[in-house]
Amino acid sequence: MSTAAEVVLEVRDLTREFDGVTVLDKFSFTLRKGEVLGLLGANGAGKTTAMNMLLGLTTPSSGSITVFGKDLAKHRIEILKRVNFSSAYTALPGNLYVWQNLAVFARIYGVPNAKKKIDELLELLEIGDLRKRVTGQLSAGESTRLNLCKAMLNDPDLLLLDEPTASLDPDIADKVRKVIQRVQKERGIAILYTSHNMKDIEEVCSHLIFLHKGKVVAEGTPEDIVAKSQQSTLEDVFIKIARTGDIEE
Amino acid sequence: MNFRIISALVMRYIFLYTRTPMRLVELVFWPMVDLLIWGYLTIYIKENTTGAFPAMISFLLGAMILWDVVFRAQQGVAVSFLEDVWTRNLLNIFVAPVRISEYLTATFAVGILRICVTVVIMCVVALLLYQFNVLVIGWPLMPFLANLLISGWALGMISTALILRWGQAAESLAWAVPFFIQPISAVFYPVGSIRPVWLQNVALAMPTTHVFEGMREVMQKGTFNWQSFSNACLLNLVFMAIAGWIFMSMLSLTKKRGLLTKFATQ
Repeated sequence: MSTAAEVVLEVRDLTREFDGVTVLDKFSFTLRKGEVLGLLGANGAGKTTAMNMLLGLTTPSSGSITVFGKDLAKHRIEILKRVNFSSAYTALPGNLYVWQNLAVFARIYGVPNAKKKIDELLELLEIGDLRKRVTGQLSAGESTRLNLCKAMLNDPDLLLLDEPTASLDPDIADKVRKVIQRVQKERGIAILYTSHNMKDIEEVCSHLIFLHKGKVVAEGTPEDIVAKSQQSTLEDVFIKIARTGDIEE
Repeated sequence: MNFRIISALVMRYIFLYTRTPMRLVELVFWPMVDLLIWGYLTIYIKENTTGAFPAMISFLLGAMILWDVVFRAQQGVAVSFLEDVWTRNLLNIFVAPVRISEYLTATFAVGILRICVTVVIMCVVALLLYQFNVLVIGWPLMPFLANLLISGWALGMISTALILRWGQAAESLAWAVPFFIQPISAVFYPVGSIRPVWLQNVALAMPTTHVFEGMREVMQKGTFNWQSFSNACLLNLVFMAIAGWIFMSMLSLTKKRGLLTKFATQ
């Protein structure tokens, strides 16, 4: 990881408690321009809680989140203009045409020459023919790619992707990964990526953080983590951490 | 506040309504049913009573149309919010650079659009079927309408706050909240008819009560009661402040408890 690159996201001692239970405990990391950070962990590890706090949807119990050098709590709107988000668990209104949904978000983000931008993104994600289709009639793969179009509308400097390939077949998942990699390389976007698909993580992420019960248990490049854990694959590391809570024997 | 963002959000609702003709059922069908029932009741009472009462009874139709202003304005806020919940789009909005004030202003504008559709149709039908012209109220109609609109927005914010707090289980409140205050808003009868008598004091704390009392006076005596109007304005200011505080408190509580995401992705 280059230390010279601009820091996009800096999280320090982020903690979240719900009813006396600590679901995220002093979580800290730094994400720089051009990096893709994978946030991994079993269900309940704290990934979603962390993601929600980074988006300002959940208030942290303590700790700080700085994006583009600014405090998220104080400069949320200014920051969100340069950030975008896509999740397998959100959708765009199903009763609108594809172009209508994108036109609304293009206007919200103030995208110049919105029609051209929308057409470019639809072509990039190979769903140009869906422009006049009703969103609710799209397949899971088409909906995911539409969500990604929405997430790229404002040419974000920071992209948060929550399981972007969940429920996709291997062919579409591969296409989605390739597009994310291409856009990330062309524009040097910083990406925070959560997934339970280790193929995604190995292909897309330059750096990983494994969470277990709200605590960081491993951090480094995918290769370093596999080597350190003495496992043969990242999937084995995932299973080991999920079952034992530790990376080492 | 950014007008571009507000217009984008309003555009989304316009797309929604023009794309889904079934929405017209809600906007046109139910108000028409109300209008027909109240219209026939008005005719029946008029034909079977004597003295000054038949002339007064035509206020029922006007009151029904004007109450719809409150209801549509409230629905503009609460149902617009629910549309985002139902379509799992709420998170997309909340992670976009949209201020809460912009979001609420867009829903207020949607309320005005809903009123334009519903109330205009009701006024035309009331004129054609019952020869009741809501414009006989004259210029006082506008300041009173504005007050009803603000009352509806305040109720809409309270409805939305309750849904935020208790989740989709509470979504029927989006339709119920205005009717909590309707019986004590003196919509169809003077405030003096409300029983028990102590409840009249509660009724007088509602901005809507002063609007309907004022409207009745305009229709019966032809005079504009400035006291009713200023009471309505003052109480609406208080109502909006309280509703805004409740909305922001509930939103903050929802974020603190981490419920917003769960609620939005259910």
